[in-house]
Parts: sequence; C-alpha cells; structure tokens
Amino acid sequence: MARLNSAAHLEKLRQLILDKNDGKRVVSVTNGTDGRTRHSEVVVQAFVNEVKKQGLAGKIVVKSTGCHGFCEQEPTALILPEAICYVTVKPEDVPEIVSQTLAKGKVIERLLYEDPVSGQRITKESEIPFYKSQNQTVLGNNRFLDMKKIDDYIALGGYSALAKALFEMTPERVIEEVKSSGLRGRGGAGFPTGVKWGFCRSAPGQPKYVIVNCDEGDPGAYMDRSLTEGNPHSVLEGLLIGAYAIGAHEGYIYVRAEYPLAVENLKTAIEQAEKYGLLGENILGSGFNFNVHIHRGAGAFVCGEETALIASLEGRIGEPRQRPPFPATSGLWGKPTNINNVETWATVPLIINRGARWFKNLGTQGSKGTKIFSLVGNLNNTGLVEVAMGIPLGDIIFKIGGGIPGGKEFKAVQTGGPSGGVIPRSLLDTPVDYEKLTQLGSIMGSGGMIVMDEDTCLVDVARYFLNFLAGESCGRCVPCREGIYQMLKILNRICEGNGREGDIESLEEIGQTVRDFSLCALGKTAPNPVLSTIRYFRDEYEAHIKEKRCPALACKELISYYIEPDKCQACLICLRECPAQAITGGKKITHVIDQSKCTKCGTCLEVCPPRFGAVTKLSGVKVPEPVRQGAAVTQK
Amino acid sequence: MSQVTLVIDDVEVKADRGMTILQAAWNAGADVPTLCSHEKLAAYGACRLCTVEVIRGQQSQLVASCVCPVEDGLIVNTESEPVIRGRKMLLELLWARAPGVQALRKYGIKYGIAGVQAGTEYGVIPGISTAETKFDIGPTFCVLCGLCVRYCAEVKNRNAIGFIGRGTEREVVFFPEIAAKECPNCGEECYPLCPTGALPLHHALVKAQYSA
Repeated sequence: MARLNSAAHLEKLRQLILDKNDGKRVVSVTNGTDGRTRHSEVVVQAFVNEVKKQGLAGKIVVKSTGCHGFCEQEPTALILPEAICYVTVKPEDVPEIVSQTLAKGKVIERLLYEDPVSGQRITKESEIPFYKSQNQTVLGNNRFLDMKKIDDYIALGGYSALAKALFEMTPERVIEEVKSSGLRGRGGAGFPTGVKWGFCRSAPGQPKYVIVNCDEGDPGAYMDRSLTEGNPHSVLEGLLIGAYAIGAHEGYIYVRAEYPLAVENLKTAIEQAEKYGLLGENILGSGFNFNVHIHRGAGAFVCGEETALIASLEGRIGEPRQRPPFPATSGLWGKPTNINNVETWATVPLIINRGARWFKNLGTQGSKGTKIFSLVGNLNNTGLVEVAMGIPLGDIIFKIGGGIPGGKEFKAVQTGGPSGGVIPRSLLDTPVDYEKLTQLGSIMGSGGMIVMDEDTCLVDVARYFLNFLAGESCGRCVPCREGIYQMLKILNRICEGNGREGDIESLEEIGQTVRDFSLCALGKTAPNPVLSTIRYFRDEYEAHIKEKRCPALACKELISYYIEPDKCQACLICLRECPAQAITGGKKITHVIDQSKCTKCGTCLEVCPPRFGAVTKLSGVKVPEPVRQGAAVTQK
Repeated sequence: MSQVTLVIDDVEVKADRGMTILQAAWNAGADVPTLCSHEKLAAYGACRLCTVEVIRGQQSQLVASCVCPVEDGLIVNTESEPVIRGRKMLLELLWARAPGVQALRKYGIKYGIAGVQAGTEYGVIPGISTAETKFDIGPTFCVLCGLCVRYCAEVKNRNAIGFIGRGTEREVVFFPEIAAKECPNCGEECYPLCPTGALPLHHALVKAQYSA
C-alpha cells in the first residue's frame, strides 16, 4: 500500500480499485455479531472455498460484511449487481448458490425470502417488505463493504468527504455545513451537532479532543455495534472531519467491552487508514495531523453519559459529574472535548459529500435526516431499520416490522431503551422525531424500539427496566439511587400482589423528584418507564393493586394455571411433563393441578394439544375446586 | 474580584464571580440544606438537597446550587413549591436509609417528613417502625454523602476509605490494607464529618479485622 499524498491520489486509487473489480459478481454474506450467532463464519468460508473449487476465483468476489438490517434472517447472502437476496443461508446451500447463481445468474427459489403475509417468494432485497419502506443511507453501505477492507470503502467514495473538507472547506465552513444540515446527536439527547462543534472550536485551551461514544448499553439496541462492525471507516472519516473542524489532533473511540468484533474491525480500519496516510501525520498531504486510540469500556451503562465516559477514559470511576462545565469547555483532562455518538459521526461524511440541503430535505421541522432504530420484540420482522425522521410509529411496526406474530394484538412500544417510555396503540400515528416522542413521555434515545403484544404486562415491563437501572445507576446522587430503589420496591410488591392503596401516587411522586433532582441524564430519564406506563395503562396498575389481578396474565404471583375439566381429554401429556409433579389424574381421569405444588412454569399450557386447549391461566379469581374433592374426578 | 448581581428570594444581592449559588444564598441568609458540601472539599453535587429554582429570562430550572456558579441577572428561589416538594421527598428517601439520625431529623422537622417524630436525639434507633415512615425502611445508616471518602482523599491524601458497589448496592468501606497503616496516625479526623454517626461503626469493624 502506498501513502496517499493528495486528493487526486485518492481519486486515482479509487479508479484503480473500481477497474479491478469491474464486471465481477459479488456475494455479500452478513458476518457481523448477529450473523455469527448462526455460524455465518462457516458460510463465508464455504463461499471462499467453493468459489475456488469451481474455478471462479477471478470472477467472483466474496465479501464478509456487517449487518444489512434484517438480522432475524441472517446469515443472508446478497448477490450483486442483481441484488438477489438469499436468507438464512446454510453451509450446505453454498455449492448450489455458487454453481447456479454466482456462475450462471440463476435464482434458487427455495432460498429466497418468503413473505409471511402473501406467501410469495421475493427475489430482490429492496422488494422485501422489511426493506421497502426504509431509507437506508447511513447503514445502507454495510452491504457493499467487506468489514476488513478499506478498498471497498474507498471504492464507494470513502474518504472523499474528508478530502473535500481538507482541501475545499475551512473548518468554519464545515461547522456551518453541519449546523445548517440540522443534524442532531443520535445518542439520545438530540443536541444540534454543528452547534456543539462550534462551542468546542471556540473554547479556549489546547489540545482539544474528539471522542466517539460507542458505549451502547440499552438492552435490545445494537445500531452502533452494527455500524462500527460493518462500516468502521465511515465512523473514522466522520471523526476526522469533526477533528479538522474543531481543531483537534487526537481522538478516542470508547467501545463497550462486549463488542469484541467492533474493536477488532476498528483496529484493522485504523491500521489500514494509517498505511494510506488517511490517519496520522500530514493526512492526504494537507498538513493536518490526527491520531486515534481505542479504549474499551468495562461494562457500565452509565459510561454512555459523556461526563462519566470522560471520567472512565481518564482512569477514574465512571461516574457522571454536574454539567456545566460542559465537555466542550472542560472535558477530557480538563481540555475542550467533543463527544458524539457513532451514528452521528457516521452521518457526517454523507452530509459533507451530498450537502446540507440533501440532509435537510429528509425528516421533520425539528428533526432532520434518517435515524436507525433497532426494532425488536413481538414482531414478525426484527432487525435494524433506518427511516427518515417523521415516519409514523405505526409504519415502522406494521409496514416494516410486519406486525405482531401469532394473531396477537399490539399493545405498546417502548422507545429509547430503559430510560424511554411506552407508547400505546392509540398514538401509533405519531411521527417519530425528538420533540414528539418527548411530548408522549418517552424519548428518542439511541433508537431502541421494543414492541410488546397483548401478553405483556406493563407493570412488569416497568419493573424490568427499573431493575436494570437500579443496577446501572452509579449510586452517587440521592434521587437516582434511593428513588429508583424505592420505586422498584413498590413495583415488586405490586407485581407480587401486595400492592397497597396509594402506591401509584407514591410512584408518581418519587418519579417526579427523581426526574427533576437527579444529577445526570440517567436519573433524569429513569422514571420514564414507570411514569409513561402509569400514564397510559393506569388501569393495569389498579387491577394489580385492587383486584390482585394481572390483566395480561403475566405476573407469576398473580396467576394460576387451571385445567378446565370439560375440555380435558385426560391424555396424560401435561401430567407427565409437569416438572413439579403438581398434576394429578390418570388414564381416563380428568387432570387437576395441585395449586400448592404448582411453580407456574407454564409447561402444562405449552404441551396441552391446541385442539384440546384445556389449560388456561386465571388471575384475580379463585381457582375453581375440582368437581369432587379429593381423588379422581371424571371418567372419560 | 468582579461582582455579579442576582436576586435571591426576592432580595437583590451582590456576589463574587466564581462563587456558587449556595454560598451566595447562605450569605443572603437563606436556609438551604446540604449533606454533602464541606468548605474544605470540592463541590460534589450528590445529596441534591441544596437544589434551588433558577430563573434565567423566561426559563425556570431546578439546579443543585452547590455546583452552580452565580451569574448576573439570575433569579433564585430557594424555597419555591417544587423545591420544597422535592427536598421533602429526598429527605423521606434518606430517612428510610438512616432513620432517626440527627442530621436528617433537623431538616426533617422543618420539611415535615413522615415519621420524623419517631426517633431520639441519640440518632440511630433500632425500634423505629415502618408504619410511621413514608417508605419501607432498609437501614444502612449511611447516606453516602461521601464526606469521609472525599476528606480522606482530598485533604488527607490517604484514600483509606472509599466507595464500593454501584447503584443501590453502593457502600462506604475502609480498605483494611490502607486503613491499618494510615488511620492510627490521622486521629479519626473524619469521624465528626459523618452526618449519621455510622462511620465509627464501619471503622470499628475494619479495626477488628486488622488488629486481629
């Protein structure tokens, strides 16, 4: 690899790479962390071996890429340029794909995605309903990039935004462009990125630092991981542009320790960029110097908060401190520091290349551009979804997510992770943007979206998230530490059937204080799951407290399993499967659950043949006594 | 040093630039409670009892006054309704952790917290019943104000006491290796700082360990 000494040199290299790969068919196999849970590495290796074996080495390129979005169907193999998409590919499918599709362009029907609604097989990736309503701009390049190859990124126009910034724009001009694009921080708070950069640039003090926040800790959220794994150079390029604009020459990437592949790919990316002279001294011959270091987190959710992250980087306990001073004036080692989230940084090169006007045309009045959401929960299609801001929540869940499986009803969606709130069905036409979600008592957060069906108890959901936060609060300030502790205690007793009159009001009161008096954003948003569930599902709380009934039949302590005698066919299945041996009865004798032995594991409900449907859950009512007390009841 | 003019509880006052709102409020005679601030220690902002309402132009905000510097033209209300409501809640939460302790009782009486009568002037009382307090009691008798930890680190430069655990599991401990060496020479300077009187007990436990 030769060092690139000018923008023209970069352009020349791009042309060389393009020429080299011209006319070749490409197979992009998803091989990120999500794919690897289904052995995608074996699939990639199988492609490499099979292409060689069938003598196609010079004609076919096998790419090991990050997540394309549809994680649930991974490993997927995308064949370009035709964009034929095979889902859940197994190693044994590979020889056929190579000999038929890669060699001859023939489509293998059985490997295509089958739309669960229409039952049709879909050939092209973009025609799959999951992708159809998306607007993948930031995440979209993942499918064209081998995770470990800088050349792939350069072929796509990579680092041309950096060249443009370095040679055609002043730092002030770059900041202006980002400001006018309307880009807001994608980590959760939504602060205007350009404004933040401006503060840091004009803050007195040298040196200045730039930091990538990849401490993505929300349960069920993984867009930052997928971007960092699949397209690490976009993050680096954004960071370089930001550093140039701000006047920083050193940067840190703070990655959570649970993302080993992201760290590995970042390391590779940094090495490759250094070899090309895109990092280090005199970048692209411009005279601009920049070095970047990777720092691995140690597993604290609160370190995603910028002041806690800085404390952790400095080697101190990862605890937030009061702002102001903001990191822009006094950050890492007391120097002006700019922290942005992975997605924010990765968006910057697109804005510089395509212009603020392009970005501004996407989205709503106050929230511009696209946002990646991780769509998970009780849904037909789960995965990463990138949409323009302002799309109705319902469209994400029903058009892209394909609705709720198993004929169940949609109940609520939790946005913004554990510090977000739930949004009920009646508000699904709400356009997704920062302000709208806040008005509803939730937050955009980093983009987690957890969809829940009718079987979910929202008191239990509030308890789940609060339990997470109780363990992740740093414990420094009183409202967060003690408030969450007491709220959790109250929620626990409500779910266990010991709720008291006045508990809902207590939760609201504590919640308000925690929200208004806590030191950092973790505490300030911690009551959201509780306050929003009370706001929209107060009747469920009341049922738990007053009737000792869980309307969703989910809270273990409030439900009983019951075998309806007239439906029971005395088939012995549940009786044999019950791990607690709580079911009595026999051949031709109706089965009865001994409630004193039952552990409420739900096995009987699962194994009872659907055509009988004899096992049900009861809540808030007394379990009917067996027809005749004591032993065997009905003869079948 | 230059001065700024601000309004604290409807009275116009002058304060040195760089001063915190807490200092200015105290100078103005306001009764702002704190548990974690100390003149020899850096502001910590953890107990949040000193939270006041600050109005800048049209915007009203609740801020911890111990970590917030004075500014020209600020309007500060040290006892507005949301401030009082929050302080009362914080005291009730703390009371559940350290029921009966004198430092909390003093404020508790003023803010009228539930169960404040159920204690004695000797602080810690084992018999206090949950029926009289707002929250279920889970006594640790430490309010985690960090005065001892920070005094040992910032003033004595010894770090014989520290925090362990996170979130609701957080607690103050003496580190036996360091405490055995340093504490006998220091003369228990941290004891009088402790607002709950729990510190000597913690120390007694670790002393038993290292002198055994």
